[in-house]
Amino acid sequence: MSLELKGITKSFGSLVANDSIDLLVNDGEILAILGENGAGKSTLMNIVYGLLKPDSGEIRVNGEVITINEPSDALAAGIGMVHQHFMLIPVFTVLENIVLGHEATSKFGKLDLTKAREKLLALAADFGFHIDPDALIENLPVGVQQRVEILKALMYDAKILILDEPTAVLTPQETDELLEVVKRLRSQGTSIIFISHKLREVKALADRISVIRRGKVVGSAEPSASQEELASLMVGREVNLAPDKTAHEIKEVILKVDGLTVSDPSGRGLVKDVSFEVRGGEVLAIAGVQGNGQSELAQAIINLEDHVHGSISLGGKEIKGLSVHQSLHEGIAFIPESREDDGLIATFSIADNLILDTHREKPFAKGISLSPRAVVADAELKAKEFDIRAQSVKDPASSLSGGNKQKVVLARELSRPVQLLVASQPTRGLDVGSIEFVHERILAERDAGRAVLLFSTELDEVLALADRIAVMYAGKILAIVDSNVSREKLGLLMAGVAE
Amino acid sequence: MKRIVDRILGSALLPALSFILAFIISGFVIAFSDSKVLKLASSPGKFISTALSTVGNAYLALFQGSIYDPNLAHGHGFLQGLYPLSETIVTATPLILTGLAVALAFQSGLFNIGAQGQFIFGAIAASYVGFHFAYTPVLHVLLALLAGVVSAALWGGVVGLLKAKTGAHEVIVTIMMNYIAGFFILWILKTTTFLRHGRIDPIAPEVVPSSHLPHLAGANFRLHAGILIALAAAYFVWWLLNRTTIGFQFRAVGANASAAKTAGISVGYVTVATMALCGALAGLGGAVHVLGSEYALTADIAGNFGFDAITVALLGRAKPLGTVFAALLFGALRTGGRTMQANTTTPLDIVLVIQALIVLFIAAPTLVRFIFRIKNLKTQDAMTSKGWNG
Repeated sequence: MSLELKGITKSFGSLVANDSIDLLVNDGEILAILGENGAGKSTLMNIVYGLLKPDSGEIRVNGEVITINEPSDALAAGIGMVHQHFMLIPVFTVLENIVLGHEATSKFGKLDLTKAREKLLALAADFGFHIDPDALIENLPVGVQQRVEILKALMYDAKILILDEPTAVLTPQETDELLEVVKRLRSQGTSIIFISHKLREVKALADRISVIRRGKVVGSAEPSASQEELASLMVGREVNLAPDKTAHEIKEVILKVDGLTVSDPSGRGLVKDVSFEVRGGEVLAIAGVQGNGQSELAQAIINLEDHVHGSISLGGKEIKGLSVHQSLHEGIAFIPESREDDGLIATFSIADNLILDTHREKPFAKGISLSPRAVVADAELKAKEFDIRAQSVKDPASSLSGGNKQKVVLARELSRPVQLLVASQPTRGLDVGSIEFVHERILAERDAGRAVLLFSTELDEVLALADRIAVMYAGKILAIVDSNVSREKLGLLMAGVAE
Repeated sequence: MKRIVDRILGSALLPALSFILAFIISGFVIAFSDSKVLKLASSPGKFISTALSTVGNAYLALFQGSIYDPNLAHGHGFLQGLYPLSETIVTATPLILTGLAVALAFQSGLFNIGAQGQFIFGAIAASYVGFHFAYTPVLHVLLALLAGVVSAALWGGVVGLLKAKTGAHEVIVTIMMNYIAGFFILWILKTTTFLRHGRIDPIAPEVVPSSHLPHLAGANFRLHAGILIALAAAYFVWWLLNRTTIGFQFRAVGANASAAKTAGISVGYVTVATMALCGALAGLGGAVHVLGSEYALTADIAGNFGFDAITVALLGRAKPLGTVFAALLFGALRTGGRTMQANTTTPLDIVLVIQALIVLFIAAPTLVRFIFRIKNLKTQDAMTSKGWNG
């Protein structure tokens, strides 16, 4: 089936999210839509899926104009969508989630899942998925949950499948598996719209690439185009994908972690006997697949974890057992893994977010009295320095884009006198321009002689920034290797293979 | 300045519209529950005119009982006609303080159901200092107030401590502590220290005049200095929340405890401090109620002040100024309702219907928006409490 969009325009107030967009997906083709966060990709797909109504323009399926007022119209026309945030009920089983909204009943209205189960198993077998229809969604890894979403769309005969940022939540392995799945779908005749800002995936997968910037289609590219070409098309200017890493002087040891163990309340080990050092002027990257103890290790360093054994010393001083506040003030800047949950208070103003950890200090506070004027004045300076784009620093943090949110966190953490920067997944979900900015700041800290501990699941990021790489697997550090290690070797280590 | 006015008007719009809707619907309830009106159902003309006059009389009585009564003014001057307003303020005073106790907790992300128990402890301590000691007037009343504040702060602080140290949910703990306080006051009023000489019903000795809060408008009015204390407390809560590092931490924990913790704010400290302060506010309410208007501790001294406080805080959107207005509104409905019951055929219970409807509409802003066809009704800061896992 082919899908054609003609002149789709959609505005929200004065903001034109989609400006007469034309797109075409041919039968059995993968069209990648590339664009930064906020470029209008999701708006466009929500229009196709019937969640939003366009101001003007038409949608054609197999050449015929169709009207889509709500998702059920899209489903009837054979358009399925897998959202970035899954639409699954965590306490239901796979099968229950799949029949949701299409429940078949036998006599007396009893729920009948037999047919659905057969169809699901047949479909899963077709695509080589191993899936347990009776497993609860909440017990499944994110990658498998995503397959359930895909199966759900296929169960109801989607011939055109929209995947909205499908790899944002996946590990490298899961990403590779997903790419295989998508190729298999294509070979069986499904047309696919693949929305992403990750250049590597788009290049690996797409038959054609359309680039959207500020609500307009600014061009199309062949998958053979270089990453740099794609990135500058997407951002609208020259982009430096590999940040300049200059040679520099490695200084004395700043962070020394020795025999560190973190357990959960039930005593299960999450981080097991981990030891390493980070010197001033170097970036130690902790690579690994999500969920191998990195989050706990990062949090343990600022004493956010409860059940910790071992030793953490900063600049020669033991800091284990201090409060979080004290740890930060010993000179640690901390970029938490989740901006939304741990990094920012969405309802607070940008200015208030910038003083979350320094609100007790001058010039913001005298005694217990807080000076809003000083807070705002300082925020305006930081906004300028860190290029935080907002109408006013008094606006709530929730009004910012992902990249600007991360800039707020960076501005807050790097404005204190620090010896060590702990950055957990600092570019997750960010667009190319923001990633570039974050990487530059991280390297600037390193070049200023500070120690940087970077936690990342993105191989590209690890290889671009690290001086040394530690790979974490099942709570342990499997190996610490030099940054000129091959991708393959790193991939094997991340999978737990230490030769 | 204009921006501030806009903001206040914006956040007052939803409560104001809810208020109007509640009165319109309650009007129907009054008319259709009146036997005199229902008998006339066969003749539409008479039916409508009687219904309208019944509703009109009820609301007129509500107004006369709560704000201004020309009958009282007749022959005694305009000011005497304001006697009902004085009564409204007297009823609203403790409600402002308990309302603040709930509102402040909301700001820290806590649901304080315990204002009732905290109020009781404030009342007991203030009453004891009031009747047992004799000091010079100003000192005595200050000490009595202080006793109420401190004992209730400890009572509330325990809840915070339990939550911070053991994770016990404050809703359950405060509900249970309300029972303890309720039975504690029954017991203490049976002890020889507290039971008034020669009485067997639960009533404590009257507090001595040196501990009374001064009247503000002469002996003819019950209006006392408690309202000034309540307004000062409201200002204090606003200042604390918006102009101090402590309030900043409270709000940070209330809005996103996880981010606050990551930035080095101690959630345990905030929990204990908030609950102690909430206790202090509700306890001040109890003390003011005893020293300003009741003068003697009784078993039901707390009435419904601690529970109405939850509604008041919700209605006031957990903001100090909003809470003051909401408490005044509730005070007016309560005092006016009594006059309405006495002078018309409409029962006091209709006041509960009005209160319930106001809260219902506040909780359902979409409905209000739909009815009034308003697009940009400010609802994003509507107060919602967190679930059990919050």
